[in-house]
Amino acid sequence: MKLNERSVAHYATCDSPADHAGFLRQRVERHHHHGHHATSYQRRWFVLKGNLLFYFEERDSREPLGLVVLEGCTVELCEAAEEFAFAIRFDDAGAKACVLVADGQAAMEAWVKALSRASFDYMRLVVRELEKQLEEACKSLAACRKSPRRSGSGRKRHLSNPALGPVQEKPAALENGYCTWGSGGEPATPRCAEPASPAPSLPLPESPVSPETACFSKLHNWYGQEIALLRREWLQRQHRGHL
Amino acid sequence: MRYNERELLCLARQPAEKAAEILMRVPKKGSGLKRRLVKLVVNFLFYFRTDEAEPIGALLLEHCRITKEEENVFSISFIEEPERKYCFECDSEEQCQEWIEALKRASYEFMRRSLIFYRNEIQKMTGKDPLEQYGISEEARFQLATRKQ
Repeated sequence: MKLNERSVAHYATCDSPADHAGFLRQRVERHHHHGHHATSYQRRWFVLKGNLLFYFEERDSREPLGLVVLEGCTVELCEAAEEFAFAIRFDDAGAKACVLVADGQAAMEAWVKALSRASFDYMRLVVRELEKQLEEACKSLAACRKSPRRSGSGRKRHLSNPALGPVQEKPAALENGYCTWGSGGEPATPRCAEPASPAPSLPLPESPVSPETACFSKLHNWYGQEIALLRREWLQRQHRGHL
Repeated sequence: MRYNERELLCLARQPAEKAAEILMRVPKKGSGLKRRLVKLVVNFLFYFRTDEAEPIGALLLEHCRITKEEENVFSISFIEEPERKYCFECDSEEQCQEWIEALKRASYEFMRRSLIFYRNEIQKMTGKDPLEQYGISEEARFQLATRKQ
């Protein structure tokens, strides 16, 4: 299967920040004739970006040696012969686990934590949760200010909308996901604090509708209950992702 | 560059964010428009021959640019090679717009920016960091500033 390897390698080495990086020893199995195989550990420089784990021969290598796509996998501590070993195991039965060895306890724990939160779904979960929270914060703010203007325009706001105006002058090409970290790549925003502007109607059909509350404390209470439930679910997910 | 192809093939079989049969042209000399099953799963776009179970290829959708070309057509190109375009001709302008919107939001980096934006906004409005209650406010992946490695 083809992959846009040049672009992937570029993503690996460009200066967008990594979510975690460091030296790890990677278990490598070499198969010789007569079914004999040798296990060795190769020290490599690992860089985690999003749901992709890249590894390089050296810290300053120009190109990655390889890539591990971190979807459909779990990260566990590993009773290998080596201390501070952990494994990335794939849901796909029969797939070989990727066994890695850290330099120490703290490094191992940091890697396991970072890798178990690397999946796209996890990020999506957090984004959706914050979207809801922002929507609720806007609503409660509007309610508190008893704004004469209701948020009834129903205008959809996407994160990529750069302007508040009815017609967006978008350039023909909008870059997707390219972060110019130096100059601050935040998408422009509708300002929820202004009573004049409607609360963002976020394009997620599955967001629960918050109960009709005129009173901030009621909203706060309901909000708190939902958070408690979500926290429980999250801890369960984390637990699954860990050991 | 090595990669866990097996896992990528497994990912290609997962439920898609979006899937359709679309005419596609790869940026290779002499290649024409071919009907492909195009499937968006997380930040990968897989493309299959319409009668095959295994994809011909996958595009990682990070640092890419989605451009509206002529009617019904959009293209995907990558930051470091903007002239090399993967072209897609849809059945309708509506389908074309839907794909453009979906692909623009498909990258991990886009989600990260959204998250940082929301976090910031909520903090401004409520004075509280929404990630604190989940114990993840210090996670590198949620930080705005350039992170140390």
